[in-house]
Amino acid sequence: MHREDISPCKSWTSTEYIIGVTVLTFVLLYLVNLERTTEAWVTDLQHCKLQLPIMALRSAVCRLLVNPQRCAIISASRSQGSAAPAQKDAEKASEKKAKAPKVQFNWRDGLELEGQLTEEEIMIRDSFRDYCQDKLMPRILMANRNEVFHRDIVSEMGELGVLGPTIKGYGCAGTSYVAYGLIAREVERVDSGYRSVMSVQSSLVMHPIYAYGTEEQKEKWLPRLARGEILGCFGLTEPNHGSDPGGMETRAKFNPSSHTFTLTGSKTWITNSPVADIAVVWAKCDDGKVRGFILERGMKGFTTPKIEGKFSLRASATGMIIMDEVEVPEENLLPKVSGLGGPFGCLNNARYGIAWGSLGAAEFCFHAARQYTLDRIQFGVPLARNQLMQKKMADMLTEITIGLQACLQLGRLIDAKKAAPEMISMLKRNSCGKSLDIARQARDMLGGNGISDEYHIIRHVMNLEAVNTYEGTHDIHALILGRAITGLQSFTVNN
Amino acid sequence: MSRVLVGVKRVIDYAVKIRVKPDHSGVVTDGVKHSMNPFCEIAVEEAVKLKEKKLIKEVVAVSCGPTQVTETIRTALAMGCDRGIHVEVSGKDYEAMGPLQISKIFAALAKKEEASLIILGKQAIDDDCNQTGQMTAALLDWPQGTFASEVTIDGEKVKVVREIDGGLETIKISMPAVLTADLRLNTPRYATLPNIMKAKKKKIANMKPADLGVDMVSRVEVLRVDEPPTRLAGVKVETVDDLVAKLRANGTI
Repeated sequence: MHREDISPCKSWTSTEYIIGVTVLTFVLLYLVNLERTTEAWVTDLQHCKLQLPIMALRSAVCRLLVNPQRCAIISASRSQGSAAPAQKDAEKASEKKAKAPKVQFNWRDGLELEGQLTEEEIMIRDSFRDYCQDKLMPRILMANRNEVFHRDIVSEMGELGVLGPTIKGYGCAGTSYVAYGLIAREVERVDSGYRSVMSVQSSLVMHPIYAYGTEEQKEKWLPRLARGEILGCFGLTEPNHGSDPGGMETRAKFNPSSHTFTLTGSKTWITNSPVADIAVVWAKCDDGKVRGFILERGMKGFTTPKIEGKFSLRASATGMIIMDEVEVPEENLLPKVSGLGGPFGCLNNARYGIAWGSLGAAEFCFHAARQYTLDRIQFGVPLARNQLMQKKMADMLTEITIGLQACLQLGRLIDAKKAAPEMISMLKRNSCGKSLDIARQARDMLGGNGISDEYHIIRHVMNLEAVNTYEGTHDIHALILGRAITGLQSFTVNN
Repeated sequence: MSRVLVGVKRVIDYAVKIRVKPDHSGVVTDGVKHSMNPFCEIAVEEAVKLKEKKLIKEVVAVSCGPTQVTETIRTALAMGCDRGIHVEVSGKDYEAMGPLQISKIFAALAKKEEASLIILGKQAIDDDCNQTGQMTAALLDWPQGTFASEVTIDGEKVKVVREIDGGLETIKISMPAVLTADLRLNTPRYATLPNIMKAKKKKIANMKPADLGVDMVSRVEVLRVDEPPTRLAGVKVETVDDLVAKLRANGTI
């Protein structure tokens, strides 16, 4: 295609002009097509490298159209001429990284979360991830299948210092909320039931004692809870009062003569209760205000029957708390809070951990579905070759990546004491809803194998049903946000 | 009461699939996950265990390399070491660095820090040399207990059970000594949260090989790095005669 034999501005006849342009156009189209087919076969990296010769061709075409003069044609033909061998070179050089863009997309970490964490947070996450993959993953299949709760994991986690990690002092690590989130994500990557156990112990038992308890109570309970020596549970939900805890029927009557409270009532859906050593129970006092009490195993009238027939969070023990006139000494009252603000403060703490955690479960499902579809061959190609599969994975990647960025920002705000409860509601709702959807899609991608617990995804699907529901259902958080948006509450039919 | 030096090497993580650079000068390390050499983890665990038994007073974690090796030193600190030393080596010196240079550095440090024990991993999973411990002992003229699967300190002596080809060999050597850790010596602990946070406050001293009087010139030159040859498909034969004929044909017999 080189026309160096022609001097730069020799004049052409109009016929030669038309023929020249036509020939040029066909050649250009042919080469551009070549680019397209080649692109279809090369990897992402190489795709970027081939842009350069394409751009050279495009600029040639532009010059041709904008400046249809004979000089332009010749310069276009020259550039096109040099583009052809350059394109071949680019194909040969596609193995070398000579013209690669510096940043390569990492599907495991779509928006470089890694670079936003401190060295300490990375070390905490990595150390705990190793523990979860080495020690928890091997147990979960049978624990879930046979509905067995391994009490040992609480002691093991206590040894690692991950229980009540944000508490300062009393044998706790005193780390950032972001680190707490990362911990929750790693444990839920294995199982949501295990993460529930950790959340209850850290946010729903240790946190209220730390935030609302006396110094004696903190000294008495926190170090043992931190070590996992004793296990706690949180009693707020009742059989007739789930989303409206304010209507609770459990009563605490004060007895001035003996300085005790008599608690009567029942709580249900209490994680850990069948095997818990203590229970932080919320009851309405004589003045109509809700207060927190620490009940200890062995108190007369305090029983914790197990709830049977659960198809979700099977690796964690769930039960009721039945209180039949339980005498609780007044030293066990949490004095620094009254009203629903107490339990809600704890719930917000736990909800934040759940926002991170459920994305860990979603990540597991996404990675597992990806690997499965890469390995499984149908109609002679891996399942991952199919557009429907890729679309599903693209959606999963996007939601997980964006969700994690939001959780990171929320964690940083909480650490700076600049977070509002509605922020936590927003992210708990988003993470749980999206993760449940991701798990279901992943289950579908595995086909028949997706219903086998050997592939783990179905277990996450079952678990995330509960995770989406507890600590405030998807809809309840919507109402919390709706009230913040409009100023109008829509929880009750009355004004 | 004594001081122990523990060597920790930053290597490509064992789970990563290694790729050879296109120019065959080495393996791809950019953007690849790195972590502490598993045998070094075992060495750190042993040193920390000895400190917990109050048989030694201080554990110092040492690593040689560019700034990134401080991550590895921090992990050692999070596992229980008291302080760290980062010997800065970068660029061409780092690429050419091998057991000889490391053992010279350790020998110099051992004298400087007045260490009574040096515990290293038996080998690194990237070069598989299994030389640094032995060279260090030779340079210091110290006894060595290599491939240790059990270490007991008995006054001024160390009893080492070594894993050798024939089974287990028990030796008793006097301190100061060099030990290299083998797989079954112990199970390294997970760094706990409180320890990771305490590690932030522990000191990592910075120095250059020249400060220790060590020259980093390498006597070894890497000519070429290749992947292992791809495994060829097997060939099935019908009879023994065919087998013999084929073996004769390709020169095996």
